[in-house]
Amino acid sequence: MTLETVGFAGVAVVLLAASLGVVLTPNLFHSVLWLAAALVATGGVFLLLDAPFLFGVQLLLYAGGVVTIVVFAIMLTERLAGRTIRQASRYLVNGAVLSAAVFIGVAGFLVQAPAVTGRPALAGDLTVAVGRALVGPFALVLELLGVLLVIALLGALYFARSEP
Amino acid sequence: MPLGAYLTLAAAVFAIGLFGVLTRRNAVGILLGIELMLNAVNINLVAFARFSGDLGGIIFTLFTIAITVAEVAVGLAIVIVIFRVRRTVEADHLDLLRG
Repeated sequence: MTLETVGFAGVAVVLLAASLGVVLTPNLFHSVLWLAAALVATGGVFLLLDAPFLFGVQLLLYAGGVVTIVVFAIMLTERLAGRTIRQASRYLVNGAVLSAAVFIGVAGFLVQAPAVTGRPALAGDLTVAVGRALVGPFALVLELLGVLLVIALLGALYFARSEP
Repeated sequence: MPLGAYLTLAAAVFAIGLFGVLTRRNAVGILLGIELMLNAVNINLVAFARFSGDLGGIIFTLFTIAITVAEVAVGLAIVIVIFRVRRTVEADHLDLLRG
């Protein structure tokens, strides 16, 4: 048992448990808290895959940003409704069968695929390479991403404006 | 750990997220399921990038994370507007376009 195996097992258990919590808790607010745990666990997977920069991005943007926005939206709709929103689920059996089928399909393909065990050695600091690639070959995509974020901001502002 | 372990974990998280999207009545709950599915895809991207020694997957993950944040912001703005107009966030009640 190497350290990576132990770490992977721990992170996998936390990630799967938190994901189940997200889709099974009746209270929507608890669901978001489980999502935060799942996102942090995903960051742990990134750490295991030697991508500490992505771990930071995951914590800042996902676990920080997305969770805050969702909590904000829930509190806003609850305040407007004046009651706690319970969320019942429906089609439980159909959903379980379909998602199990998807998982079995993918897992069956993975079992047949040739096993890849070795990972190539890291050539220097990955974060530096990511930074160079972002302003090098991917510079145009980065600019487009900035445009997209501005458009999303304008769109959210348009939706949130007060009625004339 | 072999590549297959990471991919299997991602597939399990994807299936759980799909379950959430299919079964949740609340629009915010459906969005949370979509978040889980996108996260599973990110795990796949980073795992492939690390095991193939190509940086592209990590860059792509950065882009998908940023796009997801924009998507969540706009999606929740839409949910709030729907709530203002229809006083409900249940996806089944939003059948205005039903033929």
